[in-house]
Amino acid sequence: MQSADKNIEWYKSKFMEFEHSLNGEKLATIHKIRQDAISKFTTLGFPTTKQEEWRFTNTQPISKIEFYPVFRKEKVTTRRTDFINHLLNNAIQVVFINGFYSENLSNIGDLSDGIIIGSLAEISKKHPELIEPKIAKLVSGNENAFSALNTAFITDGIFVYVPNGGMIKEPIQIVYIATEIEKPYAIQPRNLIIAGDNCEFKLIEYYMSLSDKDYLTNSVTEIYIGKNSRIEHNKIQNENLQAFHIGTTYTLIDAGSFYQSNSISLSGALVRNNITVVMNGERIESALNGLSLGRGSQLIDNHTAIDHAKPNCNSFELYKSILAGNSKGVFNGKILVRKDAQKTDAKQTNKTLLLSDTATMNTKPQLEIFADDVKCTHGATIGQLDSEQLFYLRSRGIDETSARDILTSAFASDIINRISIVELRKKLENELQSHLIIMK
Amino acid sequence: MALLEIKNLHASINGANILNGIDLTVNAGEVHAIMGPNGSGKSTLAGVLAGRELFTVAKGEVLYKGQNLLDMAPEERAHEGLFLAFQYPVEIPGVNNSYFLKSAINAIRKHRGLEELDAVDFLSLIKHKIKLVDMDDSFLNRSVNDGFSGGEKKRNEIFQMAVLEPTLSILDETDSGLDIDALRIVAEGVNKLRSENNATIVVTHYQRLLNYIIPDFVHVLVDGKIVKSGRKDLALKLEELGYDWVRE
Repeated sequence: MQSADKNIEWYKSKFMEFEHSLNGEKLATIHKIRQDAISKFTTLGFPTTKQEEWRFTNTQPISKIEFYPVFRKEKVTTRRTDFINHLLNNAIQVVFINGFYSENLSNIGDLSDGIIIGSLAEISKKHPELIEPKIAKLVSGNENAFSALNTAFITDGIFVYVPNGGMIKEPIQIVYIATEIEKPYAIQPRNLIIAGDNCEFKLIEYYMSLSDKDYLTNSVTEIYIGKNSRIEHNKIQNENLQAFHIGTTYTLIDAGSFYQSNSISLSGALVRNNITVVMNGERIESALNGLSLGRGSQLIDNHTAIDHAKPNCNSFELYKSILAGNSKGVFNGKILVRKDAQKTDAKQTNKTLLLSDTATMNTKPQLEIFADDVKCTHGATIGQLDSEQLFYLRSRGIDETSARDILTSAFASDIINRISIVELRKKLENELQSHLIIMK
Repeated sequence: MALLEIKNLHASINGANILNGIDLTVNAGEVHAIMGPNGSGKSTLAGVLAGRELFTVAKGEVLYKGQNLLDMAPEERAHEGLFLAFQYPVEIPGVNNSYFLKSAINAIRKHRGLEELDAVDFLSLIKHKIKLVDMDDSFLNRSVNDGFSGGEKKRNEIFQMAVLEPTLSILDETDSGLDIDALRIVAEGVNKLRSENNATIVVTHYQRLLNYIIPDFVHVLVDGKIVKSGRKDLALKLEELGYDWVRE
């Protein structure tokens, strides 16, 4: 208990330093939100495994380290050549270094009328009217210690605003780069995405490291989607093996829209994704896909929650993990079907491939259904490669090792193939192949 | 030398005896039909020949091109030219059909000391072969058997057979679940691949397929033993009199 208290004190003292650095901005609406959040964080404290939501994920490796929240933009020495391999050529590139927007490294180009893409910190000065009514509104009722900590230190992150009828052809690739810093630090991007009615665009949150040290990424992304829009949201976690990553995403969707979330976790010491989707209108379709690769002593935890608030909505969820070594996986899939949400069609599947005897997976579907005319299915499998598939490949002349490689890679490609951006798919396919070689 | 010699083969699954002493010799250029009622051991025989690990061979031997077939891994059997057309082709989501075929053909070529096919040669080969089974090119870019209809799966088996050019093909109930048009296409495909240098074993419950693939020999399998062998008219007689006739 003492160490937990000590940790809270640590972040409180860092918050005070942060406040001092703000000068005149302390009066801004946003600062009230920060102050509420630090007191919420103080009350909540870091989660323990006694809490159901964190039963299989011990966050002590994070809470025992005194991370320095990065709340000031520092001089950037990173060059585009340092991470060019990770960039998509055919994309709007928005680059954040240790949580702060870098104009020099970004390449946003010309945008159609009314569309805004850029730094939350900068745009909140010019257009507070776009940001203040929306920021922290989605997570505030569902805050956990990590999202509260992020809110307490809100400074920068991506801001995307697409008015009614807005279409963006090229995907928006947001690259979050952690660079080498002496002290352990906490990078806390705060992202806000607002799509109006009849919009269409694709997002890629891409997290990577240019450092091999441990650090914490603690991101929060809030997404508002209007009516009849189509949004594809990819989140790629490709940081170093020492990195801690807590990612909280909250999406609120209005009638007739389609939302696809593809979450790919390739690395990291401890990764926790909290994904909440609220379908707050009729005829919404959402697809949540996930892929996690684990090796060594990695822990990858995906917690999803889908809220069917209105009738005639479909949700389709497929999460897959490949776990090697002593790695651990967690999947918790909550589906809430409210009383009003008749004719809901929800399907949830969680599949895990264990490549070693010592890798473990904990999976838990959590269905709460209050409507009577609904179709909800869930299924989970944990195991080895399918022996029939293996035999089929071998019977065609493919040796056993190659057959295993083909099937393991196919298991993962099944998720990657759901991403519509060809260039991203190719990059991920390459990443996958090199990860699978290490995992063997 | 016979292409395949099965001598007194006994096999079981989970302790239950399925094959109780099979003797069969197949020479190059021949088509053999193995017929029998459900549960007689037809598919077990096909599985044992292809190297399915489910089955335990208790007794007997199988010589293929003079080598001990039962000692060989499934992929080695394929390298030596053995091919099983599955009764239930396995769906493999995520594995592209043409990638799969390219891996297979190049594994076999490598084993035979041939150069691996490059993308261009491979593509021209499969575009040619796919016509044999009247399949659309789009099949090549789909996942192996994933979401295929029953007929499409069976055609895909014959397509693979056409590409891999086996010496000994075993068609396990290839006619089951096929409508008459698909059956004709599949049979024509098989017939076009027949030559003096290869042999085919057609495993079937019904005589129907044998109207299209004319066998040189017909064997009747009952309770894991071949109880009767004859020429193609044996199949017609079975159709007329039923399997009870041979049991007596």
